[in-house]
Amino acid sequence: MSDQSKQRVTLTVNGEHREAWVFPHESLLDVLRDVLGHYEVRYGCGEGVCGTCTVLVDGEPVSGCLLLAVQADGCSLVTVRGLAPAGDLHPLQACFLRNGAAQCGFCTPGMLLTAWALLQHDPRPSRERIRRELVGNLCRCTGYSKILDAVEEYAAEAAERTGGHG
Amino acid sequence: MAETEVPARQEAYRVVGQSPSHHDFVDKVEGSLLYAADWQLPGLLHGKVVRAEVPCARIAGMEVSAARALPGVVAVLTAADVPWNQVLERPTGGLGELAVAMPVLAADRVRYQGEPIALIAAITAQIAEQAAELIDVEYDDLPGVFDPERALEPGAPLVHDQGNLLVSWIIARGDAAAALAAADVVVEGEYRTQRVEHAYLEPEAGVGWVDTSGVITLRVSTQVIEHAPTIATILGLPQSKLRVISTYMGGGFGGKEDMTVEPYLALLVWRTRRPVRMVWERQESIMASTKRHPFILRYRTGVQRDGSIVAQEVDIVGDAGAYPYLSPRVLFAACATASGPYRVPNVHHRARAVFTNNAPTSAFRGFGAMQVTFGYEQQMDRVAERLGLTPQAVRERNFLDKGDTIPTGERLDTAVAAGQCLRRALAALGEPARPSGPGRRIGRGFAVNMQPYGRTVWFHDRASCWISLEADGSLLLRSGITDLGAGQAASLAQIASEVLGVPLGEIGVHIGDSQLTPPAGGTFATRQLYMSGNAALAAARALRAGLLPVAAELLGAVPDDLVFEDGMVRERDTGAGRGIRLAELAAACQQRSVPTAHLGTWYAGTGTFDPATGQGASFPDYTFGAHAADVEVDTETGQVRVLGYAAAHDVGRAINPLRVEGQIQGGAYQGLGYALGEEIVVDDGQVASTLLASYLLPNAADLPDVRVIVVESGEGKGPFGARGIGEPPIGNPAATIANAVAAATGVRVTQLPITPERLLAALDAAAGDAR
Repeated sequence: MSDQSKQRVTLTVNGEHREAWVFPHESLLDVLRDVLGHYEVRYGCGEGVCGTCTVLVDGEPVSGCLLLAVQADGCSLVTVRGLAPAGDLHPLQACFLRNGAAQCGFCTPGMLLTAWALLQHDPRPSRERIRRELVGNLCRCTGYSKILDAVEEYAAEAAERTGGHG
Repeated sequence: MAETEVPARQEAYRVVGQSPSHHDFVDKVEGSLLYAADWQLPGLLHGKVVRAEVPCARIAGMEVSAARALPGVVAVLTAADVPWNQVLERPTGGLGELAVAMPVLAADRVRYQGEPIALIAAITAQIAEQAAELIDVEYDDLPGVFDPERALEPGAPLVHDQGNLLVSWIIARGDAAAALAAADVVVEGEYRTQRVEHAYLEPEAGVGWVDTSGVITLRVSTQVIEHAPTIATILGLPQSKLRVISTYMGGGFGGKEDMTVEPYLALLVWRTRRPVRMVWERQESIMASTKRHPFILRYRTGVQRDGSIVAQEVDIVGDAGAYPYLSPRVLFAACATASGPYRVPNVHHRARAVFTNNAPTSAFRGFGAMQVTFGYEQQMDRVAERLGLTPQAVRERNFLDKGDTIPTGERLDTAVAAGQCLRRALAALGEPARPSGPGRRIGRGFAVNMQPYGRTVWFHDRASCWISLEADGSLLLRSGITDLGAGQAASLAQIASEVLGVPLGEIGVHIGDSQLTPPAGGTFATRQLYMSGNAALAAARALRAGLLPVAAELLGAVPDDLVFEDGMVRERDTGAGRGIRLAELAAACQQRSVPTAHLGTWYAGTGTFDPATGQGASFPDYTFGAHAADVEVDTETGQVRVLGYAAAHDVGRAINPLRVEGQIQGGAYQGLGYALGEEIVVDDGQVASTLLASYLLPNAADLPDVRVIVVESGEGKGPFGARGIGEPPIGNPAATIANAVAAATGVRVTQLPITPERLLAALDAAAGDAR
């Protein structure tokens, strides 16, 4: 396959303007990892089942393995490393840390992004709602409880910060 | 969520028993941890394994010239290119198993679907994929055997010329046949467990390259860097030229205990002299990676009217698949633990591992001791039912205690808190719920288990750990330990911090390198807290003992009055200001030629086992636990809903309670997936679906929170009296759910998983019998 078939895509990744020349068949996941160096977006199944390759595309969680890079042209992407400035943790990440919500850590970036997106729509979700929203992000280590604890704790703290009516 | 029972402690710990966040947790929530597939090197090639499409055939021909000619392909290797095309690992010292070598690449015969037959390295993954499709293999199909009991029959097709029976273990004590004949009641049961996939979210992966002095270096997701000599042998290289580095793994659960990508990656690096990355596709992993053994379990349990067990006969057949892997070890663990945490004076256990033309089975969290729980804990409920006793009463009557003898003839020398775990788990469930509608029935079930921690003692197990005090007062800890995500590395830092008073943030931890870190023996068998934890404790104490006289001299104090805390050595009960900083102490040691680096090595106990009599030494110790659940069964659909779930384990001492809870919750959840949905369906050696979408892993909404009760008896053989907790919690759920379903419906499902279809069929059959 010659490089002539490559197309240019323009993306915003974690606030930064990025360009890449990609083949039309290349997934957003592969381009993010191997072209743009975002290894925090991870391959887990290639079927859109496990959620480890979750990225926020214009604010919504999407499986990077199911989207072609060319389809994301012009989009704004956020990976887990975009949740907080380098060297800092987003309060949601801090809650994951405190609650032991990561074991092997492989699902953690996708889990954080899906939870973050949920919290934009519903700042004070019930535990049941969190469960339902996270069904597309599989975790094989934790049994989910500590992940749910972390998201709940973040929501409670955020509500306190905003005056208790969140 | 956990209620922790803390016994009276002889000494107060500062760091042990706390749940600090460690270095690896921070990297993981940041997303900055570089896993095995995340390593990039200039000129990186992409490696691929070409796999057999059929399960049992002679390879009549293989044409690779078109693949070799494809632009972008750098190397295509077949069996003829492998210097030593055999994997024959870890012989067990002549304890009766067949010696069967596994080829690295199949040469003339394939024995399971997915068996590696060729390797490709290309400049892109896509070209490697295209090249694989250009390899033309001509197969002459041979009759295969796919059922282990069929494989044992005379005249069955042979998977290997040496025979289909890989190993047959016996553990026997007393006279089981006579005691069964004399028993008041004999309860019989047959149970079947299924083939399941580890489904770690990180597929098998690694990057290899040629490093300084021609050392082939593999950075891979593996539980065991000690495969390095085996890989060197395959390449015909001295061991000094082969280095394995383990990354922090994205899960392993035993599935990265055997080699996965290592030999293939090493061969491609060796041939191309270029860096190569290999990542198995999920579907490839589902098809061809090792699985948990399906077991057929047959029990005969003899009891007296009062519920006392007098005898038990157990016969176990495990499907080993096409190659040995760790099947002899798994079936030994099953054989040793098949009677569970109960006193059984007369036992006869037999466990056989049998070759078939299915994908090989091997280590998976629980390792044989897990499957048998599905047998012995349903037997206990059946005994209770037959005798008109409660399931709890039957167990309380028979629980093992410290000092009791187990079927191998060994005496238990640490606490057995099985009964306490059971009572606590049941209490935690509270009042059962009412059925949510007509046709719904509620039931409560529970299961108690014992799981060994540490390797079989005849392996003379040992582990080393190196700790040094650096010039600035920080610590460096080096260990060959590999980290599955359970905090294996972090626990060692916590132990060092406890002894030496160095804050965790000032302890550098370097792990998992076959050439740079002291050997720790691999992370499996729930052995690392026990083995490397004791090694780290020994190293830290040796370092402390060396520092103490120097500190005493500098402070003009008595050594016994000194404490190590907050990066200082100071006199006990003095203000924070009086004392010496560890950095100053390091400098003083330098001036006095006192060593500030120590290697600690822990040797596990040893012993021998006689396979002829079935008596002798087996495992160092056990972790006991109990799970209890309330379920609601929809008798119209066969759907089982878990309403509440509690899990209690005696961990001896919780080094890091948050991580202990995480292990128990995660293990229970995995066990519930095993109980209710997970199964790799294989039809005449062909995997029915290789899609993750077809494999029913529990998601966040499928099951309730697992309520954890951490029991701390203070009696374990690990550091500070800890026991291992990695494997134990996966053992109980299947029997817990089966017993709860039986309590709800009166119908017992003896084959896993307990799917709606299977339960409905059982309910219909029972209704038919009733009519």
